[in-house]
Amino acid sequence: MKSIFVWVLSGLALTAMQPATAQGAKMSLPKTVEAGNAFSVQTTGGGNATLYLIGPEQVLKRDVQLGHATVFSAGSVYNAGRYLVVLIGDSSTESGTFDVIPARKPADLSFLARPSRLPVGLHDGITGAVYVFDAYENLITAPGQVSFELSSPSDTVQKRIVETHDGAAWTAMDSTAQQGVDKFQARIDDVSSTRVVEQVPGDPCGLKMSASQSGHGIELVTDPVRDCKGNAVPDGTIVTFTEAFGGGQSMVDVPLKRGIAKVQMSGHEGATISVASGVVLGNQIRWGK
Amino acid sequence: MSKGLLIASLLAGATVALVVVGTVWPGPSAVAYAGGGPLLGSSSTPEEAVAKLGDEIRTQAWDKAYASFANKAEFTEPDFVHDLTGYYPSLLTYTTLDKFEVRPLHASANDAELELKLYWATVVGSSVSIRDLHVVRDGDRWEPEWPIVKEPAVPPQVIAVDYLRWDVIYRGAGDDWGAQDVEAPHVRIVDMHPVGRADGVVILGELLNEDVVPAYVSVSATLMSKSQSPIATEGSFDKISHLLLPKQVTPFLIKFPGVSLSDVGSIRMTPLSALIAASADPVIEIGNEQLHPDPGASLTGQLINQSGQIVNVAHVLATFYDKSGQVIWVADQYVNQALLPQIPVPFEIHIPEDLARNVGTQRTVVATYSAGGLQ
Repeated sequence: MKSIFVWVLSGLALTAMQPATAQGAKMSLPKTVEAGNAFSVQTTGGGNATLYLIGPEQVLKRDVQLGHATVFSAGSVYNAGRYLVVLIGDSSTESGTFDVIPARKPADLSFLARPSRLPVGLHDGITGAVYVFDAYENLITAPGQVSFELSSPSDTVQKRIVETHDGAAWTAMDSTAQQGVDKFQARIDDVSSTRVVEQVPGDPCGLKMSASQSGHGIELVTDPVRDCKGNAVPDGTIVTFTEAFGGGQSMVDVPLKRGIAKVQMSGHEGATISVASGVVLGNQIRWGK
Repeated sequence: MSKGLLIASLLAGATVALVVVGTVWPGPSAVAYAGGGPLLGSSSTPEEAVAKLGDEIRTQAWDKAYASFANKAEFTEPDFVHDLTGYYPSLLTYTTLDKFEVRPLHASANDAELELKLYWATVVGSSVSIRDLHVVRDGDRWEPEWPIVKEPAVPPQVIAVDYLRWDVIYRGAGDDWGAQDVEAPHVRIVDMHPVGRADGVVILGELLNEDVVPAYVSVSATLMSKSQSPIATEGSFDKISHLLLPKQVTPFLIKFPGVSLSDVGSIRMTPLSALIAASADPVIEIGNEQLHPDPGASLTGQLINQSGQIVNVAHVLATFYDKSGQVIWVADQYVNQALLPQIPVPFEIHIPEDLARNVGTQRTVVATYSAGGLQ
């Protein structure tokens, strides 16, 4: 709606301008202005006029005295883009354009880190993308050096320096061998943004159970379940115990609690008992005979 | 008077007359349905006595049904009602009897054995239960003896549980657009196999939650023709265990009725996963599973609730593999009674006869629902 209004206003201004351009009022405009900076528009001639400044999502109007400079204070023009300036006097109309470019100094980073949770030991498993903005949320398209830093709980730090292209920079990092919460930080100048990446254990490795008599049945208990890098597999992970006996079978899905899975089963004489978690198989036990 | 108006008047008059006749002299079935009496009032034969009982169960005339039993001294009316509808909330609690069948097994001059097959209409479909009734003669009447099955009592005890559950906090509405949200669980289809059946194409497979958090899962599939245009899209609906704990595997089955496998060029599978607040309990043991060959091929077993929490609804899903380990069928059954701690509850899953002889191994999982709490 706002942009429609701007274009309608621009059209009206240009229509009004046509019959008056020959009347001699002049103005001089800067070629570019940094977003948020002060600048002035110098006019020539005499009498009063109205100055319109029409830009992206911004329209300013000033009553000016021809022959004097009209000053736009710092912060009054801040959206990057092309601006149309129309000077309408009593007897003349003048127009011109200038560009507002993003401020050089970064003020904000949009940092997209993916994923927020991944298994340990994945090459290039973590990606970070940064978009650099100035204080007025203009994307800074001029090249800049972004520093990415991934620090793991074991104090290992991966660091990359990446130059922005068209306001964006990205990188990929490896997840480390140790589970825990990593801090993933992107920094440009004194602006930084931090994300958290959780490194979780991988599939169980060397899954092993033992069996012992318990009442009329048997008690099956796994050793503490760890992944191949030695991280404790989290509680809640399902371990499946299967007891196969003379044409029959019993099975139970048990969640790890306090690092182990424990269950009671009937323990038929001569049964073969196996353990698995997901697609990982553990050891087998022949019970009885 | 026009012809149309005459016909309309005749129809209106006939309707009023029929309503009056039906109200003043209702038929026996109407009386029965209105709760005014049994549909079959006679008990002059064993079949009639059991059919009358079935009718009273269907209309939930518990007092009349109870009064008709020859062995009512052995149990109370609430015992009888609970025997049919469950002692604890279960699928049968909110069900009605759709229909019943009576089949004579044996008869003599003074007693008879009959089978009463009850078809319950539950929220997840039809559930069938069978009771064998002994019927005895009392003068010119026959009275059934109800084979009461009293709910096994769980001894009073305290069961310690290492309670484990997950909760989820999502990003807030005011967070920066680049801010992270919690990652959806990573799931993977570890097996998928399309099968051509007489009634259409069926896609069988298994889905693994390879993450460290619980996942709400579902699978949909799109059949593509040989020219890569979509034929149909279907989901697994309830032929899957929707809650998967970390490293848990569920089978799934997706039906495409009326589609021929020869028309299918490729299949696009879409596994869906979302974070869900969940509990690691209860633990259900699937015990004494037996594969029964033809005829009437089935997998039977019993569910044993190893936790202290009552499970109100249990859904058993079985994956059947051939000798080479290929998935050849997925079948399921809802258990219509609650699972009490340590009390075995039987289940029976039927296997299509043409596939039964190829079954080498099977794997079973149980999805559970407990009223008033997380799974």
